[in-house]
Amino acid sequence: MSKLADVLQKDESDLRADWIKEQLAAVRRRDLMSDVELQTQSTELLKSIANAARNGNITDVNGPEWATVRERLTDISASRARQGFTPEETAAFVFSLKQPLFMRLRADLSKDPAAMFTELWNATVLLDKLGLMTFAAYLKTKEQLIAKQAEEMLELSTPVVKLWQGIVAIPLIGTLDSNRTQVVMESLLSTIVATNSKVAIIDITGVPAVDTLVAQHLIKTITAAKLMGAECILSGIRPQIAQTIVHLGINLSDVITKASLADALAVALQKTGKTVVKLDKQNAKAAEKKDGVDARQAGDRKGA
Amino acid sequence: MERIPILRMGSFLLVTIQVDMHDQLAMTLQDDLTNAIAKHESRGVLIDISSLEIVDSFIGRMLANISGMARILDAQTVLVGMQPAVAITLVELGMSMPGVRTALNVEAGMDLLRELVTANRTESGDDDSEV
Repeated sequence: MSKLADVLQKDESDLRADWIKEQLAAVRRRDLMSDVELQTQSTELLKSIANAARNGNITDVNGPEWATVRERLTDISASRARQGFTPEETAAFVFSLKQPLFMRLRADLSKDPAAMFTELWNATVLLDKLGLMTFAAYLKTKEQLIAKQAEEMLELSTPVVKLWQGIVAIPLIGTLDSNRTQVVMESLLSTIVATNSKVAIIDITGVPAVDTLVAQHLIKTITAAKLMGAECILSGIRPQIAQTIVHLGINLSDVITKASLADALAVALQKTGKTVVKLDKQNAKAAEKKDGVDARQAGDRKGA
Repeated sequence: MERIPILRMGSFLLVTIQVDMHDQLAMTLQDDLTNAIAKHESRGVLIDISSLEIVDSFIGRMLANISGMARILDAQTVLVGMQPAVAITLVELGMSMPGVRTALNVEAGMDLLRELVTANRTESGDDDSEV
């Protein structure tokens, strides 16, 4: 058994006390984590490190004896990442064990400099590896968080709204890339099926720029909708975008295009056999008395 | 041998594809359908593919071909109920099926078919029989 494992075993409680003191000195984040929690985590980790050091190779943290340590450390780092600790604070958790451990080794091996050097070196290697592991776990958690948010944003950014019986619209906001277009296409097509809509309006008012790729994506979506038996209207084309489209030589002649969503809705209503009429004064008063749903149904009947 | 049933409804033919199409089945359907159009002197064909979940370029082309053949035999074809995934696949395969008419469901497809056949009759001045 190496001296390091011996020290870890023998002075566990002292080490732990010193370590926690170091940690508290290095990082004061009582707002994020209670002292009790810190103590529990430190105790558990130190115990599993001592166990692993006794049974396995002291510097081979990938060995089977170190599995518990790896697991604990990964859990702790992940939870700290979620709690909002900074990378430095998370790394300091492991690195602050260095000083107490080195002090113990120096006290125990002061008569044998060569042995002290070996043990110190082993301790350094071990703690560095554990530190790296901490950081890797921290980063992984953060990356997962980013990936999840990106995914959520993708879904948030593509709502399909029902404008009228048989008419849906999808207002696109932000840059269109392949991933997003795929989501747009899928949600639009499934909404067309779900709502039995004959006309779909794609509004690109919020799309900052249209290049050949974006245009190709749009044409693909429109063609797919057509194959399913729905008609697409492209609306919200700004003057600059109209210029770009023509300069790029993109052929949108098969697609109905309108400048504004209002124009597109008018065409859509016409295509579904409806029209919007202005109420005269008497009718307007009567319509006001009814609630919104009734008014809409009346409008439907009138149009049909 | 497995066959896709072709139902006759007046001057229209109704084909519902309920199984996964394989190439031989598609060829048989093409044969059967063209024969049926000729035999019954049908004016319209409605193909319901709402249960079709997998397509490849061959099936896509076959559907376009059937539509073309029917047109030569003086029948209009409407393809109804295409699933979103199927539509996306066909578009990604580069098949936009320009000559094929589509509708959301059988009901809308029937309306479209009637409309088309009526328009066709009026155009050709052939108004000796009611649809």
